[in-house]
Amino acid sequence: MSAVTIPGASGIIQNEPLLWEKGGKGRRGMCVPASDVPVAELPAALCRDELDFPELSEVDVVRHYTRLSQWNFGVDSGMYPLGSCTMKYNPKINEKVAATPALAAAHPMLPDELVQGSLQVMYELQSYLAAITGLPAVTLQPAAGAHGELTGMLIFAAWHKSRDSRRTKILIPDTAHGTNPASAALCGFKPVPIRSGPEGILEVAAVEAAMDEETAGIMITNPNTLGLFETRIREIAEIVHAKGGLVYGDGANMNAVMGIIDARRCGVDVLHLNLHKTFSTPHGGGGPGAGPLCVSEELARFLPAPRAVRDGELYRLDWGGPDSVGRVHAFHGNVSVLLRAYAYIRTMGPANLKKASQLAVLNAAYIKERLKGTLPLAYDRPCMHECVFSDALLQEHKVTTLDVAKRLIDCGYHPPTIYFPLVVHGAIMIEPTETECKADIDQFIAVLEQIVGEAAENPELLRQAPLRTKVRRLDETLAARQPCLCGS
Amino acid sequence: MKEFDELLFNEEFRYTEEHEWVSVGGAELMVGISDYAQDQLGDIVFVEMPEVGATFARGEQFGTLESVKAVSELYLPVGGEVVAVNEALGDSPELINQDPYGAWIVKIKPSDTAELEQLLNAESYRNMLRG
Repeated sequence: MSAVTIPGASGIIQNEPLLWEKGGKGRRGMCVPASDVPVAELPAALCRDELDFPELSEVDVVRHYTRLSQWNFGVDSGMYPLGSCTMKYNPKINEKVAATPALAAAHPMLPDELVQGSLQVMYELQSYLAAITGLPAVTLQPAAGAHGELTGMLIFAAWHKSRDSRRTKILIPDTAHGTNPASAALCGFKPVPIRSGPEGILEVAAVEAAMDEETAGIMITNPNTLGLFETRIREIAEIVHAKGGLVYGDGANMNAVMGIIDARRCGVDVLHLNLHKTFSTPHGGGGPGAGPLCVSEELARFLPAPRAVRDGELYRLDWGGPDSVGRVHAFHGNVSVLLRAYAYIRTMGPANLKKASQLAVLNAAYIKERLKGTLPLAYDRPCMHECVFSDALLQEHKVTTLDVAKRLIDCGYHPPTIYFPLVVHGAIMIEPTETECKADIDQFIAVLEQIVGEAAENPELLRQAPLRTKVRRLDETLAARQPCLCGS
Repeated sequence: MKEFDELLFNEEFRYTEEHEWVSVGGAELMVGISDYAQDQLGDIVFVEMPEVGATFARGEQFGTLESVKAVSELYLPVGGEVVAVNEALGDSPELINQDPYGAWIVKIKPSDTAELEQLLNAESYRNMLRG
C-alpha cells in the first residue's frame, strides 16, 4: 500500500478528572475585597451549611478546560465534513464584530433613537436576506432552523384561516429535513410523507396524487438531504398553488445556492435560513443559532413583530398589525448570530457569496467523482454541496459505516454524517464546504481510499478504531438509556 | 450485523415492506418489528407508543423507535384501534433487540381482517429481503 500522509498524529494528552474531583479546600481563583458596606442579615431559610461547589484556583480551571479542548476536534483543528450541517470555517473577523461592546452590550429595551446602529444592522440584514432568497419580507426572530419552520407553519395556518379555508395536512417528502414533520405537527398539521423517486428527488406525479383541498401545502428542502437539487420544484409549486396550498422551502442547504437560485421564482412562499450554517456562526455545541424567516409580499402581514424598519433618516421597530402571528422570541432574536451574519455578508459581498456556493458545490462534486470507484454512490447524478455514499461494498468485509467513521478519527478527520439520510443504506454523507482547498481535499480522498483498502486487508483495524483518541468507543446505548446528567 | 442466514423469522406472522410484523388470528393482533429491522437499527433506546383507544388506518404512523443510529417511524400493518401498548418497553426498550417477535409494541383490534391478506407471509418477506 502506498504511504498516504495523514494529518492525524498522536501527541501528549493529559488525563483530567471532573471539576468536583479536583482542587482542594480553600483553593480559590480570586479574593473578594473586604466589604465596605453594612452586613445585611440573610433570611435563615435561604442559608445552608455546605455548598457542593468545587474549590479551585484559576490555573486549575484554565488547565481543566484547555485539556478537555485538546481531547476535542473542531473546524479550527481540521476538516469537518459533516454532511447536512455545513461545518464551514467561520472567519474570525465576524467574531470580532459580534463582540463589539457597543453592539454586544446594547440593552434590548433601549429606546429606538439610542440604538440606531443595532436597528440599522437588523434592517439591512433583513434586506440582504430578502435579496438572497427573493422573498421580500423577513423576520429575524426565530432562534434556529426548526423554530423558523414552526413560525412558517404558524403563517401557513394564519393565511388559510384568513381565507376561511380549513386545511389539516402538510406534504413532506422523505428527503426533507427531519425537523419538518415535527414542526408541522407542533402546529397541528398532520404530516403526510411522500416518497422520492428513483433519482433521489421528488416526482411531480407523487405530489399531484397527494395534493388536495385539505392540504395546507408542502415543505421542501432544496437542495434536499441527499445533496440533490429538486429540479421539478416549479412544476410542484404550481400544483400546490393551484389547489390553494402554500410552498415552504427549508433553506438549511442554502450554502449550495447563494446568488444562484431565486426561491421566489422557484415558487416558494416561505423559507427559513440557518444563519449558523450558511452565514458564519460556530455551531454544533447546541447554539445559539438563528433561523430568520423570509416570506412573499402577500404573507408579510402575518410575520412576527417587531421588525426593524426605516422611517426617513431613522430606523425604528415596527410592531405589526392585527394579522401578525405574534412574537416568537424575546426581544430581537439571537442578536450575536445576526451580527456575525451581517459581518459575513458585508465582508464577502454578493459576488463572493455566489463564489462560495460555487466552490462548495465544486468541492463536493470533486469528492463524488474521485471516490465513486472506491465507495458506491447512493445516486449517481450531479450533486450539490454534499455527496452520499452507501455501505454496500463495506458489508462484504463485515465492516460498518460506523467503523469507517471511527477510523477517520484516528486519521485526523471529523467523521462525515453517517446513517443519514435514512433512505440510503449505511449512508456516508460528506459535505466538504467551500473553505477546504484542493490539496486538503486530495489528502482526505487519499485517506478514505486507504481506509477502504484497510477494510479488505485488515478489517480489525477499523473495528477497533479509534485507537489514538483519549477515549475509545463510548457506550452510546448506556448513555441514552441511563443518562447521567449530574456534575457530582 | 447479522448475515442473512442468521436472521430469525416467525413463520406464523405477516410482514410489511417496512419490516413490521403482525400476528394472525384472534380478536386482538400483536404488532412489532422484525429481527432484520432491529438488527439494522442497532440498540433501541426509546419507544414512542400511541394512546390506548387511538385508531389508525393501514399504513399510518402509530409510533417511533429511537436507536443509537436513527429515529424510525412505525407504520400499522392493518388498520384498527389500539387496545394495549407494551408498557414494559418504556423501561426496557432493549426487549425489542433481545426478542423481536416476543416484544410486541401494540395490540390492535383490526377494523378489517381482509387487510391481512395484502401483507407478506414469512416466505415472501424473506424473499424481499434477499432481493
